[in-house]
Amino acid sequence: MNQNLIRTVPISAFTMGIGRVGIELKQFFRDRESAVFNFLLPMILLVIFGSVFSGQVLGNSGITFSQYFVAGMIASGILYTSFQNLAIAIPMEREDGTLKRLQGTPLPPAAFFIGKIGMVFVAYIAQVTILIAVGVLLFGIDIPRTPLAIFTFIWVSILGLIAFTLLGIAYSVVPKQGRGAAALVSPVVLVLQFTSGVFFVFSDLPQWMQSFASLFPLKWLTQAMRSVFLPDSAAAMEVSGSWELGMTAIVLVIWIILGALLATFFFRWTPRGKN
Amino acid sequence: MASTYAISAHKVTKKYGNFTALAGVSLQVATGECLALLGPNGAGKTTLTEILEGYRQRDGGEAEVLGVDPGKPTGAWRAKLGIVLQNASDMADLTVEETVAQFARYYPNPADPELVIAAVGLTEKSRSRNGKLSGGQRRRLDVALGIIGNPDVLFLDEPTTGFDPEARREFWVLIDRLKSEGTTILLTTHYLDEAQYLADRVAVIARGRIVAEGPPEAIGNRSDAIVGWSEDGREMSVPTNEPTAFIAQLGLRFDAEIPNLSVRRSSLEDAYLELIAQDRDLNGGDQA
Repeated sequence: MNQNLIRTVPISAFTMGIGRVGIELKQFFRDRESAVFNFLLPMILLVIFGSVFSGQVLGNSGITFSQYFVAGMIASGILYTSFQNLAIAIPMEREDGTLKRLQGTPLPPAAFFIGKIGMVFVAYIAQVTILIAVGVLLFGIDIPRTPLAIFTFIWVSILGLIAFTLLGIAYSVVPKQGRGAAALVSPVVLVLQFTSGVFFVFSDLPQWMQSFASLFPLKWLTQAMRSVFLPDSAAAMEVSGSWELGMTAIVLVIWIILGALLATFFFRWTPRGKN
Repeated sequence: MASTYAISAHKVTKKYGNFTALAGVSLQVATGECLALLGPNGAGKTTLTEILEGYRQRDGGEAEVLGVDPGKPTGAWRAKLGIVLQNASDMADLTVEETVAQFARYYPNPADPELVIAAVGLTEKSRSRNGKLSGGQRRRLDVALGIIGNPDVLFLDEPTTGFDPEARREFWVLIDRLKSEGTTILLTTHYLDEAQYLADRVAVIARGRIVAEGPPEAIGNRSDAIVGWSEDGREMSVPTNEPTAFIAQLGLRFDAEIPNLSVRRSSLEDAYLELIAQDRDLNGGDQA
């Protein structure tokens, strides 16, 4: 193989991957189940939670429940658009032959994954924009304005999306069939949400549950999002008494490395028992 | 060694557990030739095709497609292949034109998507979602995706399953055109008239071995003609190389006309059925 070829391959893989983002987004939004389940669900949950706890405040902090839970809904949005979306869509694509067809073309495998990551990022940006707009319009949520909060919001979103995208690709080998995939993905998502402070105030949870959730990225993602949406004084309400942003970065990076390794070793283009 | 063969396999073997799918298959397809691979279900057609397409690893033997070992596929090699897989139902939410245009981007030297859509007769459906196409239309989209990259070698795995007779005719014309442009084609099919029409050569595979190979009109040790008639309320049919003499003899057994007499040239189908029956007799038992 000549030098030129080796040098041009990564560039074309990236370009082809970006070229797949549009088609991935079309499939994401045109599939009604995917659009509701992965895209609209956080908005629906925010409206329900915001309405149930309307006007209530957390202890004597002056922080409304809506303000507290919007962080969890955004973190859930990351989990839905990346992990839940890919862990369900890829088994279906594996079963219906999309992956096999792509494997038979010159499309580099990296381009396929770049397309997926691009889709996840665009879908999340649209989702979080609508989510915050709903929060502001219906429940009077304060949006962060300090550069530090915005910076935190951006890096936490990016690291969270990458970690859960890789984990979604890795987890896509677990469902053997496309049809039953949701049943194997939703329990994981729900358990993480219930234990990570998405639906309940995290510091109110039993200690064993807090320890369990601390092993996984969602708890850190949610906590970091609270640092963005809650005043600094609210850090005192956290279990450790601080936002632990440094620890959040470390945990997310560890999961990114782990997710990349798992995805690399276990990803399959064809259904099991078929080669 | 460079060869004039676009596809060559030499003693290729493949096992799935204890089941021998391919027991040493040797096969050559010349550049520009169309070879039809025939055989019952489970005979090893798809296994062989998928090994040559670079989807599966062979256990033993040698294989080359366009001078490259298909066990070590590269992007540049894949760019020269067109693959039409069996029964596809993927990408249901995209439209025909979106799908074809998207796949054109994967190839260094693609055909014009609009022309390809026209060539497979889907222009009127180009804005329909793939999931809304009929079986035959869906298959034509698969062919469009198989030829969008201007392939040197085209693999067609049961391309006309589910077609109505008219659609099959139209499909044959399309494949004929690709042949005339010099595309090498490996066709897998259950339709013997399709093989007879399209293929320059036919290979019959049974139990993982090639049992016969040759031009469609000469394959097997078939007789020239089949004589049919009715006798004692039963339909009779006898293959013979001397139909005139046979009918003269037969006429002596009847007082008047031979009831329902027919004579037809023996077809590829007759040869195929004879070959498969012989193979079954030789090996006994059922097809896996």
